[in-house]
Amino acid sequence: MIRPRTTSRFRPKIVPDQSLLVENRKLIADIDRRKLLRGTLSLGALTFLTGCNVSDRASVQDVLRTVSAFNDRVQALLFDPTRLATTYSPDQVVKPPRFNAYYEIEDVRPIDLATWKLEFAGLIADKRPWTLDDIYRFPEQEIIIKHICVEGWDYIGQWSGPNLRQFLTRIGADLTAKYVAFHGNDDYMECIDMASALHPQTILATKYAGEPITDPYGAPLRLRTAVKLGYKNAKWVRAIEVTNTYPGGFWEKQGFNWFAGL
Amino acid sequence: MRKATHGRTAMNRKMHPTIIRFAHWTNAVAMITLIMSGWKIYNDEVLFGVLHFPESIVLGIWAQHALQWHFFAMWVLVLNGLVYLVYGLFSGRFLRMLWPIRPREVIAEMVQALTFRLKHADLTHYNAVQKLLYVGIILVIIMQVVSGLAIWKPVQFSNLVLLFYDFQGARLAHFIGMAAICLFIMVHVTLALLVPRTILGMLTGGPRVLTGGARVTPAPHASNPAH
Repeated sequence: MIRPRTTSRFRPKIVPDQSLLVENRKLIADIDRRKLLRGTLSLGALTFLTGCNVSDRASVQDVLRTVSAFNDRVQALLFDPTRLATTYSPDQVVKPPRFNAYYEIEDVRPIDLATWKLEFAGLIADKRPWTLDDIYRFPEQEIIIKHICVEGWDYIGQWSGPNLRQFLTRIGADLTAKYVAFHGNDDYMECIDMASALHPQTILATKYAGEPITDPYGAPLRLRTAVKLGYKNAKWVRAIEVTNTYPGGFWEKQGFNWFAGL
Repeated sequence: MRKATHGRTAMNRKMHPTIIRFAHWTNAVAMITLIMSGWKIYNDEVLFGVLHFPESIVLGIWAQHALQWHFFAMWVLVLNGLVYLVYGLFSGRFLRMLWPIRPREVIAEMVQALTFRLKHADLTHYNAVQKLLYVGIILVIIMQVVSGLAIWKPVQFSNLVLLFYDFQGARLAHFIGMAAICLFIMVHVTLALLVPRTILGMLTGGPRVLTGGARVTPAPHASNPAH
């Protein structure tokens, strides 16, 4: 005997549009909760097998990246937008700054400063590019802060340039958007959350220790924020993009944590 | 003797209740994951020029994998550790089994242990050296969490960084804590292997005890073949 459908209070009276479900059937099928559970169960046992390295197995990576995404959300909750990082005195500044990139210093592509322009994309009202002179005319902020690398090293640097919040306000960026992405001249791209972009110690640095930033260190403009790990501070920035769609990032694609907040 | 074979009552239960055994082995897995992935993270920026951990004993092919493991296992360690601490403090287990620690007894039993004269007939009673090591390792792990938080969030938790002087101080403290835990594991595992009944006890629960601390007349029990 087939029981008649009960009119449960949990059953919606108006059935949602099924076409969306049909269109995305493949996507939904890919979300496999059991895969996550299975992966978690085997994680413990696999830990002891040091001979074969398990970290890059697809199922293991699924679990580890899910936890990393969860850690992004926890870090966003821990982030206090008014909390300032420790600042230091000019005599503690390391000169020159420490070189760091995914390639060697000899492979830095020189920038032609005469033709260089800063371009804009996404949720920005005034997308006219800025020349270096335009940027130099913008009010400058100086911060002497620690650069902390995910590897564990740190150094004190003295950076100056436009405050990012003021700059984004000037170009009419949507300050309620989720992400601000920085595109480098070297195919490097990193994005940060809007709350960190609007932190008082986040600037578009054009100078180091009072002098224009030189080629190996991200000339003529790089991001410097006191509230993110080093790799989030894109160098040789040529374009800024404001968006609600997660743009990814150079290191995130390789498995590093996205939020990377200090 | 009949009484001991009956199910758990308010008066009499196994030396290691299920929650303690679960917490112990979960902690072991989380801690080993943290140590091995920590070695890989350390290798990218060493504190001591001569010390690199061989690739064969680290967890993670590249630093990002080690970081993924580390920031996964930290949740397991902390959540499991909280369950363990809350249970230990509120059930009276810590007070009953780990306290008091008398320096005189520690010294006397240390001498006995080093001369292989330390008796270990009664599993349900920790000697003074054991108490000191167990309390010590709990405190070291708590400090590892504190220095770990300082390294993870040096701006949000800048007050924790100050405990260790600066960021590099926190890294050094985290390294020293790791070394202390490794030393503990070596001593702990060696002693457990010397008295294998203790390992079985941590798996099956061990002999039954009265809540007052006195041991129940032993019933035939797998972990107690001597009786």
